[in-house]
Amino acid sequence: VRKKKGDRVKLVIGIVRPEKANDVLEALYRAEVRGVSMSRVQGHGGELDRVETYRGTTVRMGLADKVRFEIAVSDSFVDKTVEALSGSARTGEVGDGKIFVVPLERAVRIRTGETDHGAVTPVAG
Amino acid sequence: MGALPLGAGGVSAGDTAWMLAATALVLLMTPALGLFYAGLVRAKNTLNTFMMCVAAIAIATVLWAVVGYSIAFDGNGSIIGGFGNAFLHDVGFAPREGTAIPELVFFAFQATFCIVTTALVSGAVVERMRFGPFLLFAALWSVLVYAVLAHWAFGNGWLQAHGTLDFAGGVPVEMGSGFSALAAALVVGARKDYGRQALLPHNAVYVLLGAGLLWFGWFGFNGGSGFSTGHPGVLAFTNTLLTPACALVVWFLLDFYRGRKITAIGAATAIIVGCVGITPAAGFVSPAWAMVLGAVAAVPSYTVIVLRTRTRVDETLDVLAAHGIAGFTGILFIGFFAQLSWNGASDGLFYGDAAQLGHQAIAALAGPVYAFGATWLILRAMGALMPLRASDRDEAIGMDVLEHGEEAYASGEGAILLTPEAGIEEPVPVADPG
Repeated sequence: VRKKKGDRVKLVIGIVRPEKANDVLEALYRAEVRGVSMSRVQGHGGELDRVETYRGTTVRMGLADKVRFEIAVSDSFVDKTVEALSGSARTGEVGDGKIFVVPLERAVRIRTGETDHGAVTPVAG
Repeated sequence: MGALPLGAGGVSAGDTAWMLAATALVLLMTPALGLFYAGLVRAKNTLNTFMMCVAAIAIATVLWAVVGYSIAFDGNGSIIGGFGNAFLHDVGFAPREGTAIPELVFFAFQATFCIVTTALVSGAVVERMRFGPFLLFAALWSVLVYAVLAHWAFGNGWLQAHGTLDFAGGVPVEMGSGFSALAAALVVGARKDYGRQALLPHNAVYVLLGAGLLWFGWFGFNGGSGFSTGHPGVLAFTNTLLTPACALVVWFLLDFYRGRKITAIGAATAIIVGCVGITPAAGFVSPAWAMVLGAVAAVPSYTVIVLRTRTRVDETLDVLAAHGIAGFTGILFIGFFAQLSWNGASDGLFYGDAAQLGHQAIAALAGPVYAFGATWLILRAMGALMPLRASDRDEAIGMDVLEHGEEAYASGEGAILLTPEAGIEEPVPVADPG
């Protein structure tokens, strides 16, 4: 049963402010998260919209630039990862972003063919 | 010069035609600088950085017409000129003393120098200084610093009267902007993430194109500073080709020696350093010495750029290294290698006149001291009355959206039209942040 639990993997998705992306990366490295991917996304999460004007054309920018981190980790690493994300991305203002944790059916490391626990950031120690 | 017949009132048609074109060339340097600077900052500060240069055109031109020109060029006062030409009083079609061009053209040509120099200083404070305070700073600086230094070096002020040679502005333009930039960076303070995160240029192509257009404009800047189509202007024009080319070659070597790569942004910087180095010396040294100057000027500026990034001084776009230090090198270079047979004015130490080096050394000391001190005082006084910089939160969002309500690279996705004619007045439902 113990072995089975350790084998479970989760996908942690963090959507954060672009200006906080470097802080988040730093915090993840400090937490010894070894694999991470990020992408630029646009989204809306209830923050106040910016109004911009281009030569008389006034627009309300409904989507804000965000950075989306995707980190697959073994089960017991989830809390550390979430703490690193939330601690480093928080400013206290609306628009700081969200973290989602979802179960992963399977993870494979392409180079070696390792699966699940062996394929993601493992439990430290 | 005397070869061409002068028209009515001692005005030369040839000289005037060239100076009209040269004035337009120098004006182009400021948008070119905006492009150069915009490429060097992060994408979220592109427009604000460019707008500081555009603002310099607005502010410096108006103040130059109101009082700056008069302070710089009215009379032979030791420290400042007079107020006789304030609001362009008496500036008309009669030739400017010592030239064969109408004073109106002389005024416009000199105005473009004040503009680009004011814009240069912005490089020290981009990405965090608020736009409103920058406008006020540009107004004060263009009069209290630029016009005064221009009088010293060009307007028969004490430096020129004591024999300092400065062809196109090593003192007011280059050392004036460079050492003012250092003071501005110290008073305004570093960007919040400086030294902690990599703050990289967002578009190296803008940087190269901006540098190229600056070089183009510099032919008017140096070539026009003889105010004629005579020998000094011709010499300065050609030297403006030679010196930056040599600076580029040496910069390539320095880059390759340090990092085994020849960098594009390094090349753009080398063009500026070469143009700056020849600015004071353009009409005074032979083409051969101008080439040597390009090679010589690259080394101290390169060194200062390397060392500056190891300090906590966030003089963001290295105005000190590219302008202050290269201008300093150029001013001193005249003292060694000026050549009477080329310039008709004076020899340097190498050709037997040690006193010229002394005159140059005084300028190389006085220019930086005044520029640094006056800029420091102006910004300190302003800082006592208003916040000079954006809050950390606003700095993180970026100055484009914050100050101008625009983005350089707006995608339009998710943008909802609010223009009344479109008939969409009702608020779009938005989740309550509660």
